[in-house]
Amino acid sequence: MLDSKIPEGKLADKWDNYKEHVKLVNPANRKKLDVIVVGTGLAGASCAASLGELGYNVKSFCFQDSPRRAHSVAAQGGVNAAKNYKNDGDSVFRMFSDTIKGGDFRSREANVYRLAECSASLIDQAVAQGVPFAREYGGYLNNRSFGGVQVSRTFYARGQTGQQLLLGAYQALMRQVGANKVKTYTRHEMLDLVVINGKAKGIITRDLVTGEIERHAANAVVLASGGYGKVYYLSTLAMGCNTSAIWRAHKKGAYMSGVSWIQFHPTCLPQSGEHQSKLTLMSESLRNDGRIWVPKKAHDERKPNDIPEEERDYYLERRYPTFGNLAPRDISSRAAKERIDAGCGVGVMKNAVFLDFSKAIKEQGKEKIKEKYSNLFKMYDKINAVNAYEEPMLISPAAHFTMGGLWVDYELMTTIPGLFALGEANFADHGANRLGANSLLQASVDGYFIAPYSVPNYLAGELKAEKITTDHLAFVEAEHAVKQQLQQFLDINGHLSADHFHKTLGKLLYNGCGLSRTKASLENAIVLIRELRAQFYTELKITGDHTVNSELEKAGRVADYLDLGILMCEDALSREESCGAHFREEYQTPDGEALRNDKDYCYVSAWEWKGANAEHELHKEPLVFENVSLTVRSYK
Amino acid sequence: MKIYLKIWRQDSPATPGAMKNYELDDVSQDMSFLEMMDLLNESLIQKSQRVVEFDHDCREGICGQCGMMINGRAHGPLTHTTTCQLHMRSFKDGDTIYIEPFRAAAFPIVRDLKVDRKAFDNIIQAGGFISASTGQTPEANGILISHAIAEAAFDAAACIGCGACVATCKNSSADLFTSAKITQLALLPQGKVERTERVIAMVDQMDAEGFGHCTNTEACEVECPQEISVLHIARMNYEYNKALIISH
Amino acid sequence: MAGTGLFLCFFLVIHLLGNLQLLLPAAEAKEQFNWYSHLLAGNMLIKIISWVLLISIIAHAVYALLLAAKTKKANGTKYVYDKRNEVSPWNSRNMGLLGTVILIFLVIHLKDFWYVADFTTMALDKQGYKDMYSVVVLTFHQWWYVLIYEISFIALGFHLLHGFFSAARTLGLYHPKYVKIVRYTGWLYTAFITGGFMLIPIVVYFNN
Repeated sequence: MLDSKIPEGKLADKWDNYKEHVKLVNPANRKKLDVIVVGTGLAGASCAASLGELGYNVKSFCFQDSPRRAHSVAAQGGVNAAKNYKNDGDSVFRMFSDTIKGGDFRSREANVYRLAECSASLIDQAVAQGVPFAREYGGYLNNRSFGGVQVSRTFYARGQTGQQLLLGAYQALMRQVGANKVKTYTRHEMLDLVVINGKAKGIITRDLVTGEIERHAANAVVLASGGYGKVYYLSTLAMGCNTSAIWRAHKKGAYMSGVSWIQFHPTCLPQSGEHQSKLTLMSESLRNDGRIWVPKKAHDERKPNDIPEEERDYYLERRYPTFGNLAPRDISSRAAKERIDAGCGVGVMKNAVFLDFSKAIKEQGKEKIKEKYSNLFKMYDKINAVNAYEEPMLISPAAHFTMGGLWVDYELMTTIPGLFALGEANFADHGANRLGANSLLQASVDGYFIAPYSVPNYLAGELKAEKITTDHLAFVEAEHAVKQQLQQFLDINGHLSADHFHKTLGKLLYNGCGLSRTKASLENAIVLIRELRAQFYTELKITGDHTVNSELEKAGRVADYLDLGILMCEDALSREESCGAHFREEYQTPDGEALRNDKDYCYVSAWEWKGANAEHELHKEPLVFENVSLTVRSYK
Repeated sequence: MKIYLKIWRQDSPATPGAMKNYELDDVSQDMSFLEMMDLLNESLIQKSQRVVEFDHDCREGICGQCGMMINGRAHGPLTHTTTCQLHMRSFKDGDTIYIEPFRAAAFPIVRDLKVDRKAFDNIIQAGGFISASTGQTPEANGILISHAIAEAAFDAAACIGCGACVATCKNSSADLFTSAKITQLALLPQGKVERTERVIAMVDQMDAEGFGHCTNTEACEVECPQEISVLHIARMNYEYNKALIISH
Repeated sequence: MAGTGLFLCFFLVIHLLGNLQLLLPAAEAKEQFNWYSHLLAGNMLIKIISWVLLISIIAHAVYALLLAAKTKKANGTKYVYDKRNEVSPWNSRNMGLLGTVILIFLVIHLKDFWYVADFTTMALDKQGYKDMYSVVVLTFHQWWYVLIYEISFIALGFHLLHGFFSAARTLGLYHPKYVKIVRYTGWLYTAFITGGFMLIPIVVYFNN
């Protein structure tokens, strides 16, 4: 039975209750305790820095060449906080209920409330670190509004909020490196978790420069390795984003939750050819002034400006008159897919919709639009060589954020004692759909404010435990297994690159387990991914040697993605309802909206790995709602 | 289109490197430069050859991990553009493209086009932060910052740490990188407290890493993907000179 | 570099103002210039300044050499294909070359005037001052000598154009408003110094 360890008391008191009763470690003892943090994004860097400040010995790992590169850096829009600076009726409870509703009632009340509760402190923290948030002329912090809510609670630093927050955390981390409390291991990839007597005791890493396989022991391991949206190959994620750290922990006993809950961002640049490696995100803020449409007629080959007004279908305005072009991400993405599937898609691959600024330019003037979005129009021009002031942009939905991840309890501890998961790597607070500007928040709150209580609470019990060294047999075996796998990849000597398998897997998932799913599409995808996985182990080709070898790195990541892809489909298959980003075509209202089934599916799935050739076992953590009522999410 | 490539290949820091020739057919104008590199590597795999190693990650111009000298220019022929944002439509059918790593003694080559930019981390580590530990922070609106100062601080803070400034500098100076951080933190009231110690520590670290000195050629600003202004360098000099005079 | 450079910049103004006397009508110029030279030669303060000047020049050059060595070390391996010159002005990249031209010029210049004035016995004019004016006129009577001077002054001009604002940056002048003023001042200064010095040999050559 899964114990989420929700503290006693009223919703608003739970976090205080927890903090007041948490076990502490004497400052003199902290330096005797080692903590490994994998990943240096907002969650990882803030956690490593904060634990370092407390006096623990922290080892921080990242696969990039510097901690500052982690993909939190790419988040554009902003970070939410219930400061109520705008006096518009915001409060912790309102933010909590917005997030719960946005997640379609598939997240834990206590976790979400804590997220909202800690949000104000995060803004204080970031400002103190020197994060240059936007300011009003009087010197006060500025806010903007974001999709799915009725208040302005989003703090931002132009279109580079993620970068600025990450640099704040990175600088805090580097300060601890200088103070000798944190040691960074860059260009290191975690390839296995070492579990001894049921507890996480260390990791096996590969030095991506020398190729050396290293053992690192610790009293606790924190995974903050981000999301796995790159499983679709074409996504808004960075090329190196991967599931390997959490997947290998999963294979060592940590459960995976909400695996198929993946957010597709509606405003990305469409794929233009087979060569494409990445779908660039265009800030959602464009939807404030851009109108989304497709031709009414299917397979209309005319240029957008040649299509008269009455032959255009502004489908979001048509279907959701209240929210219109600002409907939440999952709904906008799905509506685009519906039109594209109906043959009304535009662009070379007929996979896009128009985002049109002509009305806004006519009403507000080109200068006003330029002032608001010039950097985005410039970026669009750079990538597509198209002037979006003259003709509409082409946009299309792309895989973006994974709400799913490692199952964690209230303390962010996985089902393996001593193994924690932070940020996008855990399934946490977003339920079945994440609201805009909540991801930076969750990653930061996990790292700055939760882990510094919950990790020591665990470590306090480890002081008297026997000190594990890397000579332990479990380390020897784990290292051996990692080496064996790498050698296996090099030895296959087939004829297809790792990228080939990754791209093929991505297509299978887009079709079978993408924006919408059916029983048939999922079952079909499982069969095809299994075949692809078998082919991977017989026809993969890796050139190069054991040292710097990006192909070898990719192979390991793709191998894990292939396993994960199957679990994603199984997770989606087992959930016979539509909720948030998970849209099963069989379960929809007559007008095409998601049909949730709270009677049978008001739970969090937690999948247990049972071995390479066995089926996963599904565990369920029931969700209990005492403070909000389960309503139908409507944006009509 | 057909593209001829001359690419720096070097096995390890210790072994000598050389330019090697490659040819690529079927390059599309719509490809990004790195997608062209992907295509090249795919063809090398098919020929059982070791792929060209290059750094890249986000491919949207913000992580700062990609960076090559393309036809003798940092990040290629366009100004203010990262390598990943460069597209093949900037080249013509039949073009020869020279590709080399960012070169500087402080950026040792790891393999092929990958270089080690740890020196940048070391500079930040020396003082590129505000010493605000988690929790010991005042209410955010308790620190008023004018719109203009916040915007100016952002301009400096936008640096992505790619190293193009060093690569394009005839002296391999890291002044633009270092000064951007110093300016950002010196502008903000939160950062003023430590400004004296910070500037001395960071500049000294920059020298210790083996970067060259700045002679104000301003090439760095031209290539910088975030258009970081060279005036930050002057600001750093001001802070440094002042610190030398008033520090103990 | 900035300190010595700006000191030398300042000296150039004084030097040029003094030399502008050479542009007066011949007889007047001779009288004025020889008096001026005598005034300078006899003044202890000027003597000290001239030694400071010499030290500044040497320090400027030695420091430049040290920085060149630092650059060489910092650059490491050279680029095989290098087009970095496309993104910065030519003179800003070649201050060393320009400086070398100026240094060679200075050796010639000091040998022909300073050495002659201070360390050799010279004819006296009717006021009883050393006749520096005739030395100047005689020297600039040779067209190739004028040419050397003109080329050197062009080098000096490009050197100053970059050096002036660069020095201000090194000293820490960062405010955009003043930076602009420094740019314009630099242009004007360079035009004045270079134009003035270039004019003198030509005028002297054609006047005599």
